[in-house]
Amino acid sequence: MSSVDLLPPLLVVVPIIAAALPIALGLWVDRAGWPVAALTTIGLFAGAVALSSVVYGDGRVIHELGGYPRAYGIELVADQFSTLIVLLVTGVAAGVLAYTRRGGPRGNTFYTAYLLLTGGLLGISLTGDVFNLFVFLEITSIATYALVASGDGPEAAVAALKYLILGTVAASMYLIGVAFVFMATGTLNMIELADAIPAAERPILIRAGLGFMIVGFTVKIAQWPLHTWQPSAYNRAPDGVTPLIAALVSTASAYAFGRLIVTVFEVETLASTPRAAGIVVTIGCVSVLAGTVLAVIQSEIKRMLAYSSVSQFGLVIAAYGVVVAGNSETAFIGAAVHLVGHGLLKAGLFLAAGLIAVSYDARTVDEYAGLAKDRPIAAGAMAVLLLALVGVPPGVGFVGKWYIAVGAVQSELWPVAAVIILSTMLTLAYAARLLEKMYFTPPAPVERPRPPGATATDGGSGVITAAFRGRGSPEDVSAGMLAVVVVAAIGAVALGFAGGQFAELLDPFLTEVFN
Amino acid sequence: MIELLASRSLYVLLFALLGIGLYMVIANQNLVKKLIGVSLFQTSIFLFFVAMAYVEGGSSPVVPAEENPGELLIASPLPHVIVLTAIVVGIALTAVGLALVIRIYSEYGTLREDTLREVRADE
Repeated sequence: MSSVDLLPPLLVVVPIIAAALPIALGLWVDRAGWPVAALTTIGLFAGAVALSSVVYGDGRVIHELGGYPRAYGIELVADQFSTLIVLLVTGVAAGVLAYTRRGGPRGNTFYTAYLLLTGGLLGISLTGDVFNLFVFLEITSIATYALVASGDGPEAAVAALKYLILGTVAASMYLIGVAFVFMATGTLNMIELADAIPAAERPILIRAGLGFMIVGFTVKIAQWPLHTWQPSAYNRAPDGVTPLIAALVSTASAYAFGRLIVTVFEVETLASTPRAAGIVVTIGCVSVLAGTVLAVIQSEIKRMLAYSSVSQFGLVIAAYGVVVAGNSETAFIGAAVHLVGHGLLKAGLFLAAGLIAVSYDARTVDEYAGLAKDRPIAAGAMAVLLLALVGVPPGVGFVGKWYIAVGAVQSELWPVAAVIILSTMLTLAYAARLLEKMYFTPPAPVERPRPPGATATDGGSGVITAAFRGRGSPEDVSAGMLAVVVVAAIGAVALGFAGGQFAELLDPFLTEVFN
Repeated sequence: MIELLASRSLYVLLFALLGIGLYMVIANQNLVKKLIGVSLFQTSIFLFFVAMAYVEGGSSPVVPAEENPGELLIASPLPHVIVLTAIVVGIALTAVGLALVIRIYSEYGTLREDTLREVRADE
């Protein structure tokens, strides 16, 4: 067994074991959490880069856990599609960790939940077994509930409990689906299932299983009308936690759903299943429209971005539907690019929102007035990320939408193409409202009285408006926090130029799936 | 139809249990009872797995050393292993859920969802 074979299990096991360390070491050392988390995350990122260089060079890496063959055991598979998500998870986790060093939440329990979450997400990305996928989904979910509940005030606990009940029912729905598929085929391995499903004696069991799985993932990915847990969970979570869960948790679920569609049920089998493609396309398109409309009417920034996630994931689900209906490689590339791009954009946007909340004390759209003058770098980074989210080239949001739209047109699914254009205009509506506030509206005088002597200590007239803002001050923001946001903005633009490379990297996977 | 239901009586029972669990989650105003409903919902799925693995006349999946394995009639061990893992996950979820309920109760002083909604609307 070569050392590369060991990388997938190490990527999953190391963060889960390391998750015990912050609490254990915390008995003796007060601030044990950050070094443990930082070392683990850097190691994971290095491991992910090493793994991707092998996967994109020589093809996929398979590890059979405990040496049991695939028929009985669990295997971890790193192929071109899953490695993309592994890179996204480790990269965003490293960025968020750099932010939380100063921006908080801190404390050993936070780092434990953080490492558990990372391990669960990497497990979802790498597993090759449908039941193992359920276990990792639940590990991720438990860590997420705990992180959401760590927000200030009792509202966070209410949001977390709502999320817990809905998330558990959703994961159980997925488990029923697994039970039906297992009943029909007698295997749990994804690759074995791909052969066994078309040959199954009772296709009705497979269809029932698929139906339960679709409902389960519709909740987990937060598709309208099953999205209701998501805005309050994102809004109430601490500012340092929202980027992590918004960028990764639903993305990993959406990845898992895509994996089920292309690897387990297979495009050809699904295309011959009555109405399967239509249902998936409809869920996606309705979510796109409902999510953007709901985002437009929000006044709180984090809530607006949360509803925007509903619509962006709707695009990915609609793209999966196009993949099934039209056997479209292009739409699949679009879905993969959009998953990675949206993850990066949402991480950057929520980090920027948290940074602005710390330094400027602004949480609603109206409070963002005049931001560009006071915090030019943060406002600039946020503007770039917003424009990339709308889909202005060369942002990464454009590349994903472009591939999905081209795939929809090639498959003659005109409604999907129309929905993409309509949603882009609506996305522009809420992004432009924020941009207008930041750049063209002078800061409104705030009710709070100016603290006496503020101008004297600040030593200049340019900061008077900042002093109006009360407790927020630029000193609360470290250079690292700002750097993470700027790196996310640069990455969003740089990845926009790399659309062709995505297609090239995914090519071996596509030729396997679409033949 | 009735014959089919009678011959699959265990599945019918388990899916009725599943429905009762889901109904409790939706209709019950008490947060603890909601969590009990979630547990019931999950447990019926675990039992479904166990029922699926049962083989008529089969023994427990422990293979004696002296017998020829090909002639044995045993229940499928895989679903049992799966259910063991799922039970552990279910317990962890219930624990997190109850911890959240305790926090909500200590902050708002109520376990009822409708009262909770009123209290939160007032703030």
